Amino acid sequence: MQALRLSAYTLTSALGAGLASHLDALRRQRGGIVRKRWETVEFDVCVGEVAGLDEVALRQDLAPYDCRNNRLAQLGLEQDGFIPRVRQAVQRYGASRVGVFLGSSTSGILSSEVAYRQRDPQSGALPPEHRYRETHNAYSVADFVRSFFGLAGPAAVVSTACSSSAKVFGTAQRMIEAGLIDAAIVGGVDTLCLTTIYGFSSLQLVSSNPCRPFDGERDGISVGEGAAFALLERAEQPQDGDILLTGVGESSDAYHMSSPHPEGLGAKAAMAQALQQAGLAPGDIDYINLHGTATPSNDAAEGAAVLALFGNATPCSSTKGHTGHTLGAAGGIEALICALALDNGVMPGGVGTQQLDSRLQCNYLLTTVERPLRHVLNNSFGFGGSNCSLVFTRVGA
Amino acid sequence: MSTATIYLEGLSLLGPGMNDWAEAAPRLLGQQPFQAEEVRLAAPAILPATERRRAGTAVKLSMAVGLAAVEDAGAEAAQLPNVFSSTGGDCENCHSLLEVLASSERMVSPTRFHNSVHNAPAGYWGIATQCTEASTSLCAYDATFGAGLLETVTQAHSAGKPCLLISFDTAYPEPLHALRPIPYPLGVGMVLSPVRTAASKAALRLSFSQEAPTTMDDAQLEALRQSIPSARCLPLLRLLASGQPGRVVIDYLDDCRLAIELTA
Repeated sequence: MQALRLSAYTLTSALGAGLASHLDALRRQRGGIVRKRWETVEFDVCVGEVAGLDEVALRQDLAPYDCRNNRLAQLGLEQDGFIPRVRQAVQRYGASRVGVFLGSSTSGILSSEVAYRQRDPQSGALPPEHRYRETHNAYSVADFVRSFFGLAGPAAVVSTACSSSAKVFGTAQRMIEAGLIDAAIVGGVDTLCLTTIYGFSSLQLVSSNPCRPFDGERDGISVGEGAAFALLERAEQPQDGDILLTGVGESSDAYHMSSPHPEGLGAKAAMAQALQQAGLAPGDIDYINLHGTATPSNDAAEGAAVLALFGNATPCSSTKGHTGHTLGAAGGIEALICALALDNGVMPGGVGTQQLDSRLQCNYLLTTVERPLRHVLNNSFGFGGSNCSLVFTRVGA
Repeated sequence: MSTATIYLEGLSLLGPGMNDWAEAAPRLLGQQPFQAEEVRLAAPAILPATERRRAGTAVKLSMAVGLAAVEDAGAEAAQLPNVFSSTGGDCENCHSLLEVLASSERMVSPTRFHNSVHNAPAGYWGIATQCTEASTSLCAYDATFGAGLLETVTQAHSAGKPCLLISFDTAYPEPLHALRPIPYPLGVGMVLSPVRTAASKAALRLSFSQEAPTTMDDAQLEALRQSIPSARCLPLLRLLASGQPGRVVIDYLDDCRLAIELTA
């Protein structure tokens, strides 16, 4: 596979806005999940909420896109000098040579959830100010970002539940390899909404406490929200310290809509393919950022797959105890946590996990370890049996 | 800049007044009158009984066009990485969920929730065909067909094997129908191979263009082209039905359309 360079990246989640707060949280094992009454939810719920979204004002020319999801997108874009880096790439390549591929599970559906509560009692019509195209439609967040930068290249939203924003790295890689574009903005944005809070609750997959990945007593996810953005370009002359996307593996479980294959066969296939594309053996991987949602069945399946492929020595952890499960944004957020780990030599110890599940035989880190890293792997698995693993590599010593 | 050549191995279409490709081809060519009629969809026999009973329009439609395209290519569904592209996925399910969430009880059904993910039809496809290959699910609003086609072409070249495109759209009931007035469900399936095989029907090359899109002569077909994202491919399908080489421009994004050159 033709490797790509992450020439810029940024993260916003319950841990804060920008990379510095994320690095600090990883080092100190600080989590961002809080218990609260969210929106009109009738029960207390533990969520990984991004602070300050209600106060974000979208750029005036983009006002029709106003919704929680696009506010989070804009807040995310504004961190870490990401905007000027994209503008430089647009100048270098041209607006039609930069693609936008973002993952989201629910985009701005919260807007339609609220609008359905405000239907006209006689006609049933939605309030006239409701903007379906710019908020609810799955594509709205890519449309927003493409408009934000005035781009004229290809664009799409990948929506494969919790693997969405991992898979966009593959889409961008194939598009660049085909010569159709020179650079791509990839990542994911997903925001809290009633659909996911009530939906995961109906499946009894939400923990009543902040989630505890790979813990023997784990009992479900904590829903979170977040935005991750990266700028990908060809890695023609990689420099020491560059972070490269070197492998993408994708597979399907073909098993069940909302439960993983019990032995993690699809997960294992995705990891093996990512390694093969990167030209690496399992022993080359220094750290695995697990999908680690903290549901009993997900962690059991992933633990089995990791054990089968890597044995029990490779350090690994889930960062969902830090951020909550950001669903369609999780793949992107955790891919960029991998980049942050490579850049800074940090393997994050899990948050929320007290007593490791003795049945899951892997080297799950309960405390943060700082040491130089070369190759790391990120796992993202979603409803519908959609699996994606990514390998990132730091160039040089 | 155009893509490397891609070979069409299998093709299917299911929409109003066009129950399969044999019925659609002469209507696209103007050899038979086109009349939009309600779309008839059967529950797919290859789904397990429980899932079959619950299957809505999106699953029935996507599975029907997928299976027809695979059969036309003489391929095996289990071997094909696949791309599902749809502007709204299962719009009826989405509406029902929104109604429940706006009610005082908010008793969300677990099945309705897991069917609300955009990749639910792709998940059912995997379960029904036992395909464990890569599968993605896309949306690009009105550019949904073009996005799916580009993804499938680049995926096929990257994987070095044939891939399946299933582009389909369903209609919202009111009140969302007023904001997104898709008149009928419509789906198209294509099996695309990076190399020529005995099954190859046509060779295609894609490039970005700013030309105006090719339109349909028949007013009703042109109305479908403009109102259903997956029907943006109709000019390409008409060219394929003609069996002639040629060139069409299909709608993708407003400032980025797809020119497709077709040779034998």
